[in-house]
Amino acid sequence: MAYKNYCLVCGGTGCNANTGEEIYHELIKKAKELGVENDVQIVKTGCFGFCEKGPIVKILPEEAFYVHVKPSDAEELIKEHIIKGRIVERLHYSEDGQDVQERGKIDDMRFYQKQYRIVLRNCGFINPEDIEEYIGREGYQGLAKALTEMTPDQIIEELKISGLRGRGGAGFPTWMKWNFTKQAQSDVKYIVCNADEGDPGAYMDRSTIEGDPHSVIEAMTIGAKAIGASQGFVYIRAEYPLAIHRLEVAMKQAHEYGLLGKDILGTGFDFEIEIRLGAGAFVCGEETALIASIEGERGIPKPRPPFPAVKGLWGKPTLINNVETYANIPMIILKGGNWFASVGTEKSKGTKVFALTGKIKNSGLVEVPMGTTLREIIYDVGGGIKNGKKFKAVQTGGPSGGVLTADKLDTPIDFDNLVSAGSMMGSGGMIVMNEDDCIVDIVRFYLDFSVDESCGKCSPCRIGGRKLLNILDKIVDGKGEMSDIDKIKEISTAMRRSSLCALGQTTPNPVLSIINLFWEELLAHIKDKKCPAGKCKKLLSFSIVRDTCIGCGVCAKKCPANAIIPENCEPLPGKKKPPYFIDINKCVKCGECLTACKFKSVVKL
Amino acid sequence: MAKLTLADLKKIRDEKNKEMTRRDTDKDVQIIVGMGTCGIAAGAKETFSAFVDELDKSNISDVMVKQTGCMGFCSVEPTVRVTAPQMPDTIYNNVSAEIARRIVKEHIIGKKLVSEYVFDNPSRDIIAQ
Repeated sequence: MAYKNYCLVCGGTGCNANTGEEIYHELIKKAKELGVENDVQIVKTGCFGFCEKGPIVKILPEEAFYVHVKPSDAEELIKEHIIKGRIVERLHYSEDGQDVQERGKIDDMRFYQKQYRIVLRNCGFINPEDIEEYIGREGYQGLAKALTEMTPDQIIEELKISGLRGRGGAGFPTWMKWNFTKQAQSDVKYIVCNADEGDPGAYMDRSTIEGDPHSVIEAMTIGAKAIGASQGFVYIRAEYPLAIHRLEVAMKQAHEYGLLGKDILGTGFDFEIEIRLGAGAFVCGEETALIASIEGERGIPKPRPPFPAVKGLWGKPTLINNVETYANIPMIILKGGNWFASVGTEKSKGTKVFALTGKIKNSGLVEVPMGTTLREIIYDVGGGIKNGKKFKAVQTGGPSGGVLTADKLDTPIDFDNLVSAGSMMGSGGMIVMNEDDCIVDIVRFYLDFSVDESCGKCSPCRIGGRKLLNILDKIVDGKGEMSDIDKIKEISTAMRRSSLCALGQTTPNPVLSIINLFWEELLAHIKDKKCPAGKCKKLLSFSIVRDTCIGCGVCAKKCPANAIIPENCEPLPGKKKPPYFIDINKCVKCGECLTACKFKSVVKL
Repeated sequence: MAKLTLADLKKIRDEKNKEMTRRDTDKDVQIIVGMGTCGIAAGAKETFSAFVDELDKSNISDVMVKQTGCMGFCSVEPTVRVTAPQMPDTIYNNVSAEIARRIVKEHIIGKKLVSEYVFDNPSRDIIAQ
């Protein structure tokens, strides 16, 4: 027998700390006392994210949303809501100025609109290997509309109204790219999907293809009609086997249903897609390098112009968009550009998917309307920093992006705001750091990545990146000098000005952001030879406090380098054994002793 | 499958749509397991098999177990969405094989939520609009 009501009590850390646990037990107690324990199941759930209003109690099926609930409210909730079926207005959530009638369901609440799924609309709902489920959720309806009711110009006009900008990072207006390719005169044109997702920490393109491969196929077919292409390529990296598999299955099914191939939907329109596997080179995400790679050449960029829209794959006009950009398009065509433009900010429309990772509680994929603030993403959707640590910074835009500090948390994110704040949107990786992270060390990691991924064609990128890395290595090793900062600036300027593609031009970005934002911490490394976060090994030393060491030797057993030995002396007064000490010359600074010592006698200096 | 015409496409959409939103009938319990790379890495394949196995053992045949992509809650994978008649549409987190068996026994058969593993869905779905 199912219950009449389900009562969900938020069991997140915030609500729990704020009498959530008591409310839960009180509700169970009252339900029993009032004899309705068989009518309602009382459940403790994961965090609702709306911690500001907590503790929260939600009662289904009415979807009543009670905020700031106190244990003493339990009786009223049971008596009024469960027994009499009346909403307890006093506790029910309402937005500013809203009257009682308008208090709607969760879907209408502004807070829950912090996430709004356009790109990820089908991820987590449909079976990606069943085309009918995609069709059941409005799939291929946009294509049908584009093929039967719209001219190429109308399709492009709809994109223009929507204000969609390329989600690959640069934010170029999508309609313009489509229009350039459409206007280019050629017998053959190509359409390409860039699924070469290479930013450390970013995985939304992979997840989109894994969860909803048909949305990309549908969008590419719409694009083909708009620009007049009959052949498309999906360039995807070989290390995404599941995404490749799902895409292959989806393409096969689309063929069977006549939604891909010859005479699509009986309209006489032909379009084919092929998959091209990339070997996982970061630079191949750059469009000219990607084109070279599809052509079977080495994936190195070419100077632009000519842009691919004019002279791309095999010299023919080629339209290249990112996975996320494409995934928006079927809905724009189906629901209209105005619908899409109603979401987002003035200059950045729609939503953006972020891969929220790092020291965050709810890491995962987050899709929010443009204009949501970093604070809302990190604290409301992401649940805040793990283990009660302090927020230090958030890295956005991958290795080409920058770092944003706490004072930028209230920046509404969109393409332009992030750039003026000193970072960029990039493809949407968002890595949250806490006080334990050393910014110099992290930037060194990004730089190492960019240097590794440089294709080597142009010297500013190849040599400049390596030189910057050498300087940062020096700094984390405690050999940094003040003159290094001028060198960093000089090399960075040269790289920005003269590198061939965005990879080289943006490699110095993270390095420059430490000079701008974390000057004190950088100085500590260079001048004081100290790492404030305690991460840079060469700048650390471990020591045992003689007075508190009881001589148990646990640390010595854990030490992999046998660097900890007992002192050759009598036990100190009040102790049974002589204290231990660390031989600095043998110590490898792994920190095992620090975690092993129960008496906090090992300290990091 | 013969090639679709426009009319066929609309027909499939309407039929499927009805099927996918049908919740308050007596059958059609759906268990949807998040099987993106993150889910599989966290053990979603074992979870999936446990559901199938437990349903077999309990002689239940009107339950559909399906896979889907990443629901977005990568930190609490494997995640599972359960739709059953007269029960709220529920997302469970950290569903190990053992919890999967409990979901079959408690949620599907006992009509009772598996309390500790309920997750809230924080996003709005544009398709439902």
